[in-house]
Amino acid sequence: MFYAKVFVTLKKSIADPHGNAIKEALLSMGYDGVKDVRMGKLIEIKLEDGSSAKAQERIKKMCDTLLANTVIEDYSYEITEVQP
Amino acid sequence: MRFGVVVFPGSNCDIDCYHALRDVMGQDAEYIWHRATNLDSFDCIVLPGGSTYGGYLRCGAIARFSPVMERVMEFAQSGKPVIGISDGFHVLTEAGLLPGAMLRNRNMKFICDNVYIKVENSGTPFTNLCGDGQVLKMPIAHGDGNYYADSDTLREMEENKQVVFRYCSPEGHITDESNPNGSLQNIAGVCNREGNVLGMMPQPERCVEEILGGRDGIVIFQSIINYLKGGTAGGKETL
Repeated sequence: MFYAKVFVTLKKSIADPHGNAIKEALLSMGYDGVKDVRMGKLIEIKLEDGSSAKAQERIKKMCDTLLANTVIEDYSYEITEVQP
Repeated sequence: MRFGVVVFPGSNCDIDCYHALRDVMGQDAEYIWHRATNLDSFDCIVLPGGSTYGGYLRCGAIARFSPVMERVMEFAQSGKPVIGISDGFHVLTEAGLLPGAMLRNRNMKFICDNVYIKVENSGTPFTNLCGDGQVLKMPIAHGDGNYYADSDTLREMEENKQVVFRYCSPEGHITDESNPNGSLQNIAGVCNREGNVLGMMPQPERCVEEILGGRDGIVIFQSIINYLKGGTAGGKETL
């Protein structure tokens, strides 16, 4: 069994109104020095697969087709083998 | 003409589209459940607004993999007209039938309001009865209508006249104040390179009767009917 953590974030070049709202909240709470906040998604996937390489390949495909919209988002992932 | 209105789980403007086409425009219209796999009997496909699959992950991202979408892609590739309104626009960008993507509105608010849009290309199957530069008043109702495309894509779109509508002032000026959601270059609607697939955030089906506050949406549906009957941009008449 494999456990994948997929991180989906807005591309750096794209303004992030969510992150900005959080930043404004942090500043209004008195957290001086907060310069930038970007918000993304963490998607956790448990996956049965034959090998780590195959799991990697499938996770990448999932990212490209569904999990991220690569017009506006970047993605990265970490995969570890876990006990079922 | 036979219109097919696709019903995804979470579509909620399907009935409005059906009503506009059938009761107001007097056309043949049928609902198409998202699991349908045959669109042969239709002349035009409508992807209505709503919140498909609750908008989870991204608007339109999951609906894009509904079984009917493969058929919609074939339908579009065969050159027949496909119109996606609001969430239907999202589905079309997610499916890659239209360029670009949608971001959260810049003010973080769900906006339900009447806006003005300018017809930038009156040569499409959806605008052929509009005048070039004509201003239409239409309602919007969305939280994620902030259109984005990278600069290369945008340049290509401008060259091919793929920007069909822009948000504008009542007088037709393209200004930042008249841009409700932060869309790049005030873009409110775009078509594909071939011109037979349109996505628009404003909702023409919500303004087809005076009781709804206006009738500017009629020209969009009338244009499609005109196009399907073999009419062209030349046949402009007062509606």
